[in-house]
Amino acid sequence: MQFLQVLIGGISQGFIYGLIALGFVLIYKATEAVNFAQGELLMLGAFCGLALAGFFGLPYWVALALAVAILFCFGFLTEALVLRPVLGQPAFAMIMVTIGIGFVARGLVTMIPGIGTDTHALEAPFRGEVIDLRGLVIGVEHLVIIAASVLVCGLLFVMFRHTRIGIAMQAVSQNQLAAYYMGIPVKRLNGLVWATSAAVAGLAGMLLAPLAFVHVNMGFIALKAFPAAVIGGFESLPGAILGGLIIGVVEALAGFYLPEGFKDIAAYVVVLVMLVVRPNGLFGQTIRKRV
Amino acid sequence: MRFLYKTDYDQDIRLAKHGGHRFWYTLLMTALLLAPWLMSSYLLDQLVVIGIYSIAGLGLMLLCGYTGLVSLGHAAFLGVGAYTEAVLAARGWPFPLSMSAAVLLSGLTGIIVGLPALRVKGIYLVIATVAFGAIVEEVLARWESVTAGNAGLMVKPAQWLGFKFTGESFYYLTLALVVLCTLAVLNLLRSPTGRALVAIRDSEVSAQSMGIHLAKYKTLSFALSAAFTGLAGGLYAHKLRFLSPEQFTVLQSIELLMMVFIGGLGSIHGVFFGATLLILLPQAIAVAKDFLPPAIGGAAGLQAVVFGAIIIGFVLFEPLGLYGRWTKIRTYLQTFPFYRKGTFKREKSFQKSERYR
Repeated sequence: MQFLQVLIGGISQGFIYGLIALGFVLIYKATEAVNFAQGELLMLGAFCGLALAGFFGLPYWVALALAVAILFCFGFLTEALVLRPVLGQPAFAMIMVTIGIGFVARGLVTMIPGIGTDTHALEAPFRGEVIDLRGLVIGVEHLVIIAASVLVCGLLFVMFRHTRIGIAMQAVSQNQLAAYYMGIPVKRLNGLVWATSAAVAGLAGMLLAPLAFVHVNMGFIALKAFPAAVIGGFESLPGAILGGLIIGVVEALAGFYLPEGFKDIAAYVVVLVMLVVRPNGLFGQTIRKRV
Repeated sequence: MRFLYKTDYDQDIRLAKHGGHRFWYTLLMTALLLAPWLMSSYLLDQLVVIGIYSIAGLGLMLLCGYTGLVSLGHAAFLGVGAYTEAVLAARGWPFPLSMSAAVLLSGLTGIIVGLPALRVKGIYLVIATVAFGAIVEEVLARWESVTAGNAGLMVKPAQWLGFKFTGESFYYLTLALVVLCTLAVLNLLRSPTGRALVAIRDSEVSAQSMGIHLAKYKTLSFALSAAFTGLAGGLYAHKLRFLSPEQFTVLQSIELLMMVFIGGLGSIHGVFFGATLLILLPQAIAVAKDFLPPAIGGAAGLQAVVFGAIIIGFVLFEPLGLYGRWTKIRTYLQTFPFYRKGTFKREKSFQKSERYR
């Protein structure tokens, strides 16, 4: 029974990682870049929600919708202003520029007087409620996150597989120049991808806010979602969720059965083992390089 | 404009290519040797820190700038070097011996990280190094019998044969090591090994077809890079005299990477430019705070904003870093008044998948 409870805790934590990892995967799948500012976008989402719900007194769900919309616009603007000139340059430039965006975002939020340096709680209608299944307890917050992850994952999966826009995004990621020749509006698509990814991050931030607290460094959880994306193969949406689950469960078990300290590094050990054993992740494509 | 008339094959591999180099570097060395008399002790302290970061930067430049492998876990090597040096110095080992041990141990950890790096590349390598860095940080925090954990570890000054390196003598020690490391890297880069590393950076496939053993050279690059960073770590321990695991987080790694990037990837000058900027910037910000309105100047996040903005600015406007900017200015002066606008114009490039290429 205790084992099952630990497992449930791990799974619900795993879905959080999975939801954040979806943002990484979306960008990688569509533009073959990695967004190191994903955690900061999540933090921005949570702070937006905090401002809307806490200071303007909007109901939680309205604040959530608005925060996601704001993040969507924010992602679009960031892409247009900062990321577009980097398009087509080596991956290293993209890594640095997203790290820079993360720094600026974290610094700016810290600079808001009286708010940036504090830890806040965000009230939500389902906060603190639990469902009791004959001794097994699961929080409603976690159920909401699970539902959201599955929903977002499903929507994105269908988009990439079955819509024109999704297929165009895949084409762009494979060969930008050829995509231009085929008449695909590469720049607009990229803007859309970053906007969607920022929106996913904002959603994750808003759902995480009632569970954890809202503070300026809450984005560092993305460092754990990274391994989740890698384990899933970095270009597979269901893989990201599965990777998140693996990490969440391993972490929970390590926290329960192993001495203190192993919980924090469990995710990293798993990802290192994964990279040695199967460098392309569980669902990654293995395509031999042709010369 | 200077035209080199080559009469000897040695001229191609000589470190100082012409009289100008010899003149300016001699001048620089003289100034650095006289620095304790010319500068206040505060500035000298900053110079020592710049020297230490330059050594770490040399290591990272070898890996990122010349071998083309990005690492976001170099704080771990810095930490391994620092803690090894601190622990051995506390046991009374003489400085050269403890430092060699620190360098060797960091080099060995570098090999361990290099092993998974042989199979993965690009972003996966970045993740592997991040993961490794996090693990090392946790080990430093939890292995309390040796590292004193989060409480922190006091470090004795470096000593050899009863002589303690503090203040000015520590400055000369750092300076000597910086010069030695720079010469070592320069020599490495003009040797077949260095050429092999650059070849791997430019194209793995062509390097392999030319008979370069990828696994061997990548591991070597990691080991050397880690060894240099470990050396810097040892000096860092003696400089700060206090170590705790939160000095070696992923943020430290980001700062190191930022340093070589802003300096200019693929240039030794860039390491020193980057280190100088990284160390002097917080000081400059502290000075600038007095002139700003308190709402902005007094806020805690100002430094992060400035750092982030600088990174973004360099990526967008000067991807070759400070060294690239310096080359442009120099070319402008040398060719005056015939400098043409398009001299350093970048070619338009399009991204192509690494998965299918």
